Amino acid sequence: MAAKLILSMDGLVLKEIPLSKERTTIGRKPHNDIQIDNLAISGEHAVIVTILNDSFMEDLNSTNGTYVNGQPVKKHFLQSNDVIELGKYKLKYISETPPQSTAADFEKTMVLRPDAMRKTAEQVAAKSMGDTQTGMRAMQSEHPITAPVGPAAAAAAAPPAPKGVGMGAIQILTGANVGKELELTKNLTTLGKPGVQVAVITRRPHGYFLTHVEGASFPVVNGVALDSHPRELKDHDVIELAGVKMEFFLKN
Amino acid sequence: MDLTQALQIVCRSDAGMVRSHNEDAVFANAGAGLAILADGMGGYNAGEVASGMATTLLGNELEKAFLKTPPYQVDASGKLHAHVALEAEIARANTAIYQAAQSQPQYAGMGTTLVMALFHDNTMTVAHIGDSRLYRMRGDEFRQITRDHSLLQEQIDSGMISAEEARHSQNRNLVTRALGVDPVVEPEIRDYDTMPGDIYLLCSDGLNDMVEDEEISLTLQALSANLDLAATQLVQTANDSGGRDNVSVILVRILREYPAARGWFARLLQWFK
Repeated sequence: MAAKLILSMDGLVLKEIPLSKERTTIGRKPHNDIQIDNLAISGEHAVIVTILNDSFMEDLNSTNGTYVNGQPVKKHFLQSNDVIELGKYKLKYISETPPQSTAADFEKTMVLRPDAMRKTAEQVAAKSMGDTQTGMRAMQSEHPITAPVGPAAAAAAAPPAPKGVGMGAIQILTGANVGKELELTKNLTTLGKPGVQVAVITRRPHGYFLTHVEGASFPVVNGVALDSHPRELKDHDVIELAGVKMEFFLKN
Repeated sequence: MDLTQALQIVCRSDAGMVRSHNEDAVFANAGAGLAILADGMGGYNAGEVASGMATTLLGNELEKAFLKTPPYQVDASGKLHAHVALEAEIARANTAIYQAAQSQPQYAGMGTTLVMALFHDNTMTVAHIGDSRLYRMRGDEFRQITRDHSLLQEQIDSGMISAEEARHSQNRNLVTRALGVDPVVEPEIRDYDTMPGDIYLLCSDGLNDMVEDEEISLTLQALSANLDLAATQLVQTANDSGGRDNVSVILVRILREYPAARGWFARLLQWFK
């Protein structure tokens, strides 16, 4: 749970400092929590702010600056094993919190009680409130649908290409686009004509699935019409949709 | 005023791939223009009790309250009845959950997040507490409307941490407000204009922690013609990405305008509809 710093110089470990306080100050003057009596270190050089499981390093306008993993930084959100450098001294940050993915219960939502909140609110209030908006990302304006399209989606959370299934692809067999091939690299690929007939191919960890989206008629696979349920696609299935025939196949 | 013709609403709630209980609860009534989502917390099954109480109490009481006085009516102090009723009923639900938690040891410490939308007079009144969210899809633009009441959001706001760093934070599950954990709660209540074609998404953090905003947006765009399928797909994507938490979504599509009928003639007309 508790994070700590390991102070060293020239590969020699000098001290281990647990980050038990909200503010751990580093500097040359004696009132600092971590005093480093060396002229390359400013009187008040840097501070580590620790809020629950997260720690932040901030340089206090020191003369010689503060480096994290070789980069000069003003402010840095510390990750375990980060190395903070001040002059010839090194401080290694070690956080013993287990990674989230290993503990499902860790993600259970908890309420931060107001009294616990007040402390962090003070730190937060030091900066102007509300100047940053929520963590939104600019959206692509590319419109989906019409023939095989679907804006690029490489979200980190996206499941990887189905294991042991191989990369799926579609080849158009009839109509103006005959012979064209489309790799199904996205989680969702819509096919058809909007307002007339649209279906979607979803890529899931265990395979590819075709589902009816809109239109009076349903897509046909190997001569059999779908109902409203998804149908798993097999290698060389032939899909008929909005008057166009296409073949689904697996690469590799 | 019956909004069944103006709103299409679909709900999905799923325990996910890891948890044995579903502590989320959803409620929707298109006729009354109400959509409510709650993500409960607390040991054993207390979280389910808290979120269930929140959705049921608020759903039933608000339906009744708006039968008596329409939400768009303005009272003597110039306040919309929507706000008056939401504040009063959220306070009542808070008291009910808080007292249950105080009086029964197995419910001690339970609470819930809340995000709800009330549609009236071409307007959406949104109330929220905690980190359950409401997003809007208008044309190609996908936007988060609510701002989480969470430690992480406060850190982002103050510039301590960037949105990208927030994804790696260990503090993502800490909310700063919740329903039923204190004698008094302060909901955030705001009004937004709606337009025909808008799609609103209410969701628990089981969706937005597992699936990036961009992916949610693409899913809504690709499947906007079929709201049922879009909702199913969102839950499925969260589960395919690990499904570490309960995941709930409510999708609301504005089918057409729904101005309030104010004059006697308009009301008469409404009566014959």
